[in-house]
Amino acid sequence: MSTPTQFQAAPMQGERRVRTISGNKGLQIEEPLIFEQGMKGRSGVDLPAVPQHKDRLGALKRKGEIGLPGLSEPQVVRHYTKLSQKNYAIDMGVYPLGSCTMKHNPRLNEKMARLPGIGDLHPMQPISTVQGALELIDQLAHWLKTLTNMPAVAMSPAAGAHGELCGIMTIRAALLARGDARKRILVPESAHGTNPATAAACGYEVDPVPADDRGRVDLAAFKAKLGPDVAGTMITNPNTCGLFENDIIDIADAIHGVGGYFYCDGANFNAIVGRVRPGDLGIDAMHINLHKTFSTPHGGGGPGSGPVVLSAALAPYAPVPYVVHGPNGFALVERGEQAFGRLKGFHGQMGMFVRALAYMMSHGSDGLRQASGDAVLNANYILAGLKDEMTPAFPGTCMHEALFNDEFLEGTDVTTLDFAKAMIDEGYHPMTMYFPLVVHGALLMEPTETESRDGLDRYVEVVKGLAKRAKAGDAAYFKGAPYHTPRRRLDETLAARQPVLRWKPEAPKKAAE
Amino acid sequence: MSEVRYSQEHEWVKLEGDTATIGITHYAQEQLGDVVFVDLPEVGKKVEKGKELATVESVKAASEVYAPLSGEVVEVNSTLSETPATVNEDALGAGWFAKLKVSDKSQFGSLMDEAAYKKYVEGLH
Amino acid sequence: MRYLPLTDDDRRGMLAAIGVPSVDALYSDVPRKVLLDGPVDLPGFKSELEVERHIGALAAKNLGAASCPSFLGAGAYRHHIPAAVDHLIQRGEFLTSYTPYQPEVTQGTLQYLFEFQTQVALLTGMDVANASMYDGATATAEAVMMANRVTRRRRAVLSGGLHPHYRETIETHGRFTGFEVTSAPADANGAEDLAKQIDGNTSCVVVQNPSFFGHVHDLSTLAKACHDAGALLVVAVTEIVSLGLVTPPGEMGADIVTAEGQSLGVPLSFGGPYVGLFATRDKFIRQMPGRLTGQTVDVEGKRGWVLTLSTREQHIRREKATSNICTNSGLCALAFNIHLTLLGETGLTKLAEINHATASRLADRLGAIPGVTLLNETLFNEFTLALPKPAAEVVEALAKRRVLGGVPVSRLYPDDPSLANLLLVAATETVSDEDIAAYEAALKEVLK
Repeated sequence: MSTPTQFQAAPMQGERRVRTISGNKGLQIEEPLIFEQGMKGRSGVDLPAVPQHKDRLGALKRKGEIGLPGLSEPQVVRHYTKLSQKNYAIDMGVYPLGSCTMKHNPRLNEKMARLPGIGDLHPMQPISTVQGALELIDQLAHWLKTLTNMPAVAMSPAAGAHGELCGIMTIRAALLARGDARKRILVPESAHGTNPATAAACGYEVDPVPADDRGRVDLAAFKAKLGPDVAGTMITNPNTCGLFENDIIDIADAIHGVGGYFYCDGANFNAIVGRVRPGDLGIDAMHINLHKTFSTPHGGGGPGSGPVVLSAALAPYAPVPYVVHGPNGFALVERGEQAFGRLKGFHGQMGMFVRALAYMMSHGSDGLRQASGDAVLNANYILAGLKDEMTPAFPGTCMHEALFNDEFLEGTDVTTLDFAKAMIDEGYHPMTMYFPLVVHGALLMEPTETESRDGLDRYVEVVKGLAKRAKAGDAAYFKGAPYHTPRRRLDETLAARQPVLRWKPEAPKKAAE
Repeated sequence: MSEVRYSQEHEWVKLEGDTATIGITHYAQEQLGDVVFVDLPEVGKKVEKGKELATVESVKAASEVYAPLSGEVVEVNSTLSETPATVNEDALGAGWFAKLKVSDKSQFGSLMDEAAYKKYVEGLH
Repeated sequence: MRYLPLTDDDRRGMLAAIGVPSVDALYSDVPRKVLLDGPVDLPGFKSELEVERHIGALAAKNLGAASCPSFLGAGAYRHHIPAAVDHLIQRGEFLTSYTPYQPEVTQGTLQYLFEFQTQVALLTGMDVANASMYDGATATAEAVMMANRVTRRRRAVLSGGLHPHYRETIETHGRFTGFEVTSAPADANGAEDLAKQIDGNTSCVVVQNPSFFGHVHDLSTLAKACHDAGALLVVAVTEIVSLGLVTPPGEMGADIVTAEGQSLGVPLSFGGPYVGLFATRDKFIRQMPGRLTGQTVDVEGKRGWVLTLSTREQHIRREKATSNICTNSGLCALAFNIHLTLLGETGLTKLAEINHATASRLADRLGAIPGVTLLNETLFNEFTLALPKPAAEVVEALAKRRVLGGVPVSRLYPDDPSLANLLLVAATETVSDEDIAAYEAALKEVLK
């Protein structure tokens, strides 16, 4: 169970609060909903007259109004510009969300995705008119297969969790093909929530495997759970504690020994690109989050893209569609003999493929290796800088993210959440909190390779300063943070007890008074 | 006279005749934090001791409430769907979840009494 | 390398601060035999100019739908996207921010998602909508699984007018999660009657409106049949612009509405990324998949927004979650939100009217060509033609004349020879009178 939100307002310390007439605070400008600024009959687009035509809808036409507001273009531009200014972003500074990999998003990639001949390609055009698109997918697939040393890749999954679904369905299909679907999937307790959710969605029982005191899968416990009803395992490597599973080859051998398959959650592939190839570790399937490792933008929560590399044993069961080399150039297989089925409409996240290929080509094989090395170097630099003031969860060095527990806050009455909220006022997005679950009050920091040394020095100084402040007994300050944001701590209990999930024409229920 | 007993999963049971009123303990609601939603069983549902009876949710956690005794659900506290906060405010009283018609009263005896439960909770720290 | 700020001096200094001799030393947990000594066998780094040349050359091998008269639909539609949409979604504060888990510094994202949820609910005629899903097909599969949870039944009936990719996505989930799917045969004429397929085990009936073949239906009778049998009606909309003109599914009794939102603000981009819409009734909100934004107040009493009802989701419920979904389609939802805000009530209504008018005119012109039959009595902006020869050949021949003439039904129903001559044709506001004339002339020539 995670720690419940402490909910109380603390006064600003040593500062007289000045209320403005408008409620705005300089560049922080209040912005109503579009529904509160619309006017009937106004529009932000000009359209030509409706041509003469035979009406083929008749009584099927909408009778009432939809209720959409009317705004002109300048109002719309201002609305979204003001909304954008209420967000933190990588474009503004360090975004150390562990396991989320917030790295710089090169703008070249955006430009490439919008090229005529890519952005305006319809997915159902004749294959002869989309040869360049299929070639691009094929090239990206080649990069992914080479970097992982895996023979095949399913390109269609739309995100990491969708890739997991693809991987586990492929495994189930391969097992069913030999008449042995099996029952259980072994999932470490430190796993991301999508892993057990995915296994359950594919009809498997989730059998949790404990972590050992080094933050790795407990190999003995893992082996003890193996049996002929185990379909496979889902393991993140490097794992969610930011550590390389050094027993990984033994784990692969053990699962193969009972006839199961090894699914690797590739969320942290960015730590080892160009240095370790998952295919060399005995992995049968792994999704690659293009929106993490290969820097397609997160866009406020998607879209993502999660291609799944597959071993030779699993490749025949990959879902449709996939690109093949045919007699007349590239072809798209939309109905496969052994394919387990289809995961989404059309062919995959083409817009993300273009961005990821542009990113990889820009780095090249040498640059990708440098990038993973720098990501690991930056994380260890933070770990070294903070280890005396905070408490690392595990001894030694880490991979691409540094994990701390909340021991350093013991007796301060400051929680991990409070600490994170105080970081916001310092101009940083907080680190990942309370994940992985196996570490008490976890604080997981992932700087990525696109931070400079001096930027990290400033970050470390600020975090150390906050840790000192917490230990100095200034808990009230932390409980009230953040103070300088467009909104301060929000009442999540109220939101969940009386859900208001949309605007309504009549005044919305006065929620908290 | 009714008596209240407790389970290791932090449910309380008050037995009156063969009707058992069930809720979660003060300790459980404290651990959970602000309760935002309670998913109650349907009246008439038969439950077995140790199996899921209801679900209780806070903002960041969802926990199952297990039936401390076997029986048939005869009444549920439907006011909780409107005011889940009652679970926090009065866990042992107005925040009850469901009433069961108990099929085997002897199961009641195997639950902890107040002193034993108090000791059990202290042992968790 | 232009994206990497560290210099060799930095690296040396940082290694010294950490107290290790080399970056390789940080990989000491990796078994030695699998640690690579040097770069893998792929090309070296390239400048912006070189990458642009390479990808530009690949793009030039394609025939973009914007560069010629194009009439493709089948679940993805070419619409004009106002310039402001792409400009605004490329603001770094939107483009490069993460899922709004820290509401104090993501009120921008949360507010637009709340607006998006409201717009989707209004358009579909439903009570609530979520903050988006991957695409229309996955949203529809999630709807079936939700209907299974709500009704505690495990059999879905799918219309023959449902997009085949949607059907296949649902069937795939059915095979793996263990629910039954009864799929009606292709309904090219829009005449099927699904009511008799419903029985006491049916969790839901899934129909598309307008259908894959372009027919527009009144679904009220079907909704009643579903409800009488204790089943839910799921309505999928692949062309969201249609709701500017057509009666919304919510008014016809739908319990869940899913849609592909690509038509508003999202480029065709060869099939993705798109944006799935998901709307339902208030009473089902705790059974919904996907993220939800809710209104609340901060400690100073000011209105604000947070992600809410998260206990349904995988990061809390793990194996008991309503769905395994994590990442959704936030930026595409923003594009949808901005485009629809620009349009407003009058803009969307007129846009829908222009679409209908253009398609209706095109249907008259093409349907009058000897040997060509229009199968639709009703249509919004897409219809089905029966041609005198296989549609796939006709489409290839038209493409050689630089006309993208539609989607042959056989592309999506490769196993049904009776559908080989059917062609799906769509016309949006992007189709000009000249385009219609060019298509008519080219089709006459090809069918000669």
